[in-house]
Amino acid sequence: MSMQGVQDEEKIDLTKVEAKRLRARSMRLLLSLVRPVRRRLILSFSTVILSQAFRVVGPALIAYGIDQALPLAVKGDYIALWYTVGAYLLAATATAGLTYFFISYAAKINQDVILDLRQRVFVHTQKLSLEFHEKYTSGRVIARQTSDLDSIKELLDTGGNEMIAGLLYMIFTGVALVLLDASSFAVMLVSLVPLYFLTRWFQKQTRINYRKTRVASARLIVHFVETMTGIRAVKAFRKDTRNNAEYAGLVEDYRAVNAKVIQLFGIYDPGLILIGNLTVAGVLMIDGLRVIDGALGFGVLTAAILYAKRFFDPMEGMAMFYNAFQSSASALEKISGVLEEEPSVPEPVNPVPFKEHSGHIEFDDVEFHYSNGKTILPNFNLDIPGGQTVALVGTTGAGKSTLAKLISRFYDPTVGSVRIDGVDLREVANEDLRRAVVMVTQEAYLFSGTVADNIALGRPGASQSEIEDAARAVGVHEFIESLPDGYNTDVNKRGGRVSAGQRQLISFARAFIADPAVLILDEATASLDIPSERAVQNALRTLLAGRTAIIIAHRLSTVSIADRVLVMEHGQIIEDDTPAALIAGTGKFAKMHKAWRESLA
Amino acid sequence: MKPMGTVATLLRIFPYAKKALPRVILGTIAALGAHLFALTIPQFLRNLVNGLQDHGTVEKLVPAVLAVLALGICEAGFVLLRRWLVLTPGTHVEAGLRRTLYAKLQELPVSFHDKWPSGQLLSRATGDLSLIRRWLSFGLVLFVANAITIAVGLAILFTYNWLLGLIFFVSSIPIWVRGFKFEKNYHSIARLSQDQAGDLATSVEESVHGIRVLKALGRGDFASAKFARDAAELRGTEVKKANLIADIWIYLILVPEFAVGASMLVGVWLVSQGQMTVGALVAFFATTTVLRWPTESVGFLLSMTLDAKTAITRFFEVLDAPIEIDDPENPKTISEPKGRLEFKNVSFKYPDAPAEAAPLLDGVNLTLEPGESVALIGITGSGKTTLTALSTRLYEVTGGAIELDGIDIRDLSREELRRHMAMAFEDATLFSASVRDNVLLGRPEATEAELAQALEIAQAQFVYDLPEGLDTKIGEEGLSLSGGQRQRLALARAVAAKPSVLILDDPLSALDVDTEAMVEDALRTVLTATTALIVAHRPSTVQLADRVALLENGRITAVGKHSDLLATNAHYRHVIASLDEEKEAIR
Ligand SMILES: Nc1ncnc2c1ncn2[C@@H]1O[C@H](COP(=O)(O)OP(=O)(O)O)[C@@H](O)[C@H]1O
Ligand SMILES: Nc1ncnc2c1ncn2[C@@H]1O[C@H](COP(=O)(O)OP(=O)(O)O)[C@@H](O)[C@H]1O
Ligand SMILES: [Mg+2]
Ligand SMILES: [Mg+2]
Repeated sequence: MSMQGVQDEEKIDLTKVEAKRLRARSMRLLLSLVRPVRRRLILSFSTVILSQAFRVVGPALIAYGIDQALPLAVKGDYIALWYTVGAYLLAATATAGLTYFFISYAAKINQDVILDLRQRVFVHTQKLSLEFHEKYTSGRVIARQTSDLDSIKELLDTGGNEMIAGLLYMIFTGVALVLLDASSFAVMLVSLVPLYFLTRWFQKQTRINYRKTRVASARLIVHFVETMTGIRAVKAFRKDTRNNAEYAGLVEDYRAVNAKVIQLFGIYDPGLILIGNLTVAGVLMIDGLRVIDGALGFGVLTAAILYAKRFFDPMEGMAMFYNAFQSSASALEKISGVLEEEPSVPEPVNPVPFKEHSGHIEFDDVEFHYSNGKTILPNFNLDIPGGQTVALVGTTGAGKSTLAKLISRFYDPTVGSVRIDGVDLREVANEDLRRAVVMVTQEAYLFSGTVADNIALGRPGASQSEIEDAARAVGVHEFIESLPDGYNTDVNKRGGRVSAGQRQLISFARAFIADPAVLILDEATASLDIPSERAVQNALRTLLAGRTAIIIAHRLSTVSIADRVLVMEHGQIIEDDTPAALIAGTGKFAKMHKAWRESLA
Repeated sequence: MKPMGTVATLLRIFPYAKKALPRVILGTIAALGAHLFALTIPQFLRNLVNGLQDHGTVEKLVPAVLAVLALGICEAGFVLLRRWLVLTPGTHVEAGLRRTLYAKLQELPVSFHDKWPSGQLLSRATGDLSLIRRWLSFGLVLFVANAITIAVGLAILFTYNWLLGLIFFVSSIPIWVRGFKFEKNYHSIARLSQDQAGDLATSVEESVHGIRVLKALGRGDFASAKFARDAAELRGTEVKKANLIADIWIYLILVPEFAVGASMLVGVWLVSQGQMTVGALVAFFATTTVLRWPTESVGFLLSMTLDAKTAITRFFEVLDAPIEIDDPENPKTISEPKGRLEFKNVSFKYPDAPAEAAPLLDGVNLTLEPGESVALIGITGSGKTTLTALSTRLYEVTGGAIELDGIDIRDLSREELRRHMAMAFEDATLFSASVRDNVLLGRPEATEAELAQALEIAQAQFVYDLPEGLDTKIGEEGLSLSGGQRQRLALARAVAAKPSVLILDDPLSALDVDTEAMVEDALRTVLTATTALIVAHRPSTVQLADRVALLENGRITAVGKHSDLLATNAHYRHVIASLDEEKEAIR
């Protein structure tokens, strides 16, 4: 179905059905955000109602002052005047107090809503499978969580309060005017007609254009993030000048659509003022005629004019709110799209208990292809008994990493099943699975935080001595000690302060400390020098006792610690035996091994 | 850096807004015009009311109503004019700032990027800049216009009656006092909130870029918990901010309302004493109504201004950062590149290394003759990658010099230097672009044949089998490639640049044995003609080079042939050749 999830996200001109679907989806999200705070919202609205009621009393009191208290005062009777003034001040104090309460209370609600949404998007993107992240760029995920969320934050800041307050103020003003003078109110009712059409026009125009701004802004962020992430390559290959031109193009696209929406508001807002002023003139004309007829007092005339004028006062704020609303509506469309995405490897609803494991891995008639449809593993069967160390070798593209990703359930097989200890991975709770299976890959990403934090990522709550033991095991302890603050050194973003090899060692330590039943190493030693690799291998020898391990490596030195070697080609296992037997044979592995031996000479 | 005053900080943005300034000023005038028209309406009301009082006639009414009508239309017209004047130029200023920031970030040395979390840069390039735009085209304009309107309005109030005017004038004093106090409190919290937003963006970025690690370790929940903590902190700051705003609102509502109350008392008394007309009193109240919005808006305009100030400060933190690695004033050029690379007593220490630590590189001497290829060997962390980065000035030597064809690389423009030298990094970065664009990054003008040749040398012929061949989009926004595939493309990219010096940082680490052997054979043909510095971990890669240099404790401690070093140097054996042990092990 089109518009499902993030599909067609950049589409601007939607059909009626599509637009309706997006609106419903955004609305559902909005409602689900509002639901948990609805009680507090009601309280918050009540204070608005009260404060606006007090506010509206003002002009009526002035009218009363002029029409009633003034003639009495002329006669020397000031009591009524004092009461009027007293009431006015009381109303003003109540308005101010309620407004204070309301602003700080509403801010808390708004912030809670934003916090809720932030977390939801974050948690959800973490949940989404690798498949999603591979096609949806990181820059776009970032854009969703930064600029799109900002635009919703802006909406809340501009204030649903403002909207509600404004609306109530208008209603109260209307009611007050009806009570005071119905015919003035009739004039105001007429003014609602052009108001309606103007708003309709604004709504239609902005919806399309705001959608464009979200897309343009995401593109801007994608480009920005990519440049800053790859800044070394950008500099080394002098991409900077070309980048400036490219980015300037994106900036201009964004500017142009942004200018467009701002201009729309630039017409909408004065349009509202015009309608307001015309109404005042209308009220003045009609009421003026009635004053001439003697049907109306000056006080009421004043009040009617004040009301008519003030009736449109909140329009500006409401228009701004509506503008922010339109902007965030398209942000909501995008965010709700991400939230609608389902993990392609979903958590089981009723997970099978999975605590004790020997690490027995089985592939049962597995067939697998990525989303592009090209079959990578055709009818694959494999049985790895618990505790075995398996070396997996084969040319690039043979499907080794794919196999590893299936065991760690980054993907689910298209057909057949992958089982550990007889349990289909699809029935294992994510948490249990991650405790049982850990994979270390070539990309050793370090998060900002200390070195100790990064190692402890393998097992939150690990003690300092456990962390140091893990580091010692892979031979990175001395290096870490030599850092400015030892284990407490901040590795900064992307682990900029450590060399690639050190980064890989730290990520090893991270896997070791996790202590899994099944350990998968996918070319994890590629950037290590020989002494470090040797240290890691020695560590593995002791560490792998009693665990299942799958080691993918080009350096056949790894084979030394394996019980069994699997040679893979085109998604199939072509050789499977002990290292000694394969080396002695005449197959593919014997040839690879010979070539490798020669390369060492 | 010492903190700057609000006005001084705000003024710093004006050079960037020069083009927009005339229209911003005109816009301010238009805004003022709109307010003044609004202020004039009550004048007509007074005349009307006074006129109607003694035997009003329709003849008296109609002109007054028409005048009010005309003024109302004028007001709307001026608002339209203001928006039309300032909005488009505002977006141009924002776009200009964005381009400036981006260009500056690309100029800044790698050490700057090491230091700055990327989310902080992103939040500056997005949220902060749009804040500045809104302030410039809205906040500033209205602030000035409203201030003048309030002043004029006060003056008009005086014309109705000096006593009533005085009441309003005196009542504005507590607002000013309060405003100054607000400025002090608000601005530190505004800064905190923008910084926290940047940190949050960093968390988001890392969680996305490190998604594979988080998934492999099952630490999504852990990351989410950390994110939740950070987000909750930001929430706390925002609530504090709102409380400050709520605080000033009390004053903005209460003070004018009390003034109105007092005026009612005095005004009615004045009318009853015959010292003022009813019309004037009606007009007086109508005027205070017109002034109400400009007065109340002071609150949010003030907070907006302070937010903008913080955003401007944050913008200039990047813009003021020194470009430590700059082009020389009179760059030399190399007319006939030969590719002789010489490290002369090079020393280097990362800027954030502890002061007492020994330099990472401490007197590196190494010469690569034209056409020669040298393998650089050393244990992990010995500084090999750092040395390669120094030679293209991604970092700057802290002592000694690097010379290319006898010219200090600091005397060349960076553009020229990087044209003569091409690198393959140890982590292959591909950009979201076609295969072709990625490979020809260093030399877009290369021919199809040269491209094909580079791909062949790097054994990257797999690209022809991609869905759209050389035009397939790869990188983040395109097809995902395996580590080995990425590395081969990065190698092809360095080769395609046809530099006189090739710098390859562990270029074959992710390749399987067969592919590695093929790449090596193909590379040899290139290396006969090109000077090359090859960081290597494996004996097989070392075989590519004519000579080997051993990096140890910040110096080159041995240079020579692989076999000679193997025989004579114990550290060398330790680093590269555990051959006997390994042979032992595989048996
Ligand atoms: N995310 C993906 N989407 C589509 N195809 C993929 C993806 N990852 C890998 N492939 C393809 O699957 C095949 C096997 O890849 P992989 O398992 O990474 O091989 P190996 O690890 O043995 O080098 C290759 O042809 C590769 O191009
Ligand atoms: N950006 C950086 N800031 C500070 N220190 C760094 C930075 N990059 C690397 N280092 C440190 O410098 C040393 C050498 O790193 P590197 O040159 O990458 O080593 P290698 O020889 O493994 O390539 C390492 O110990 C690392 O901790
Ligand atoms: Mg692989
Ligand atoms: Mg390195």
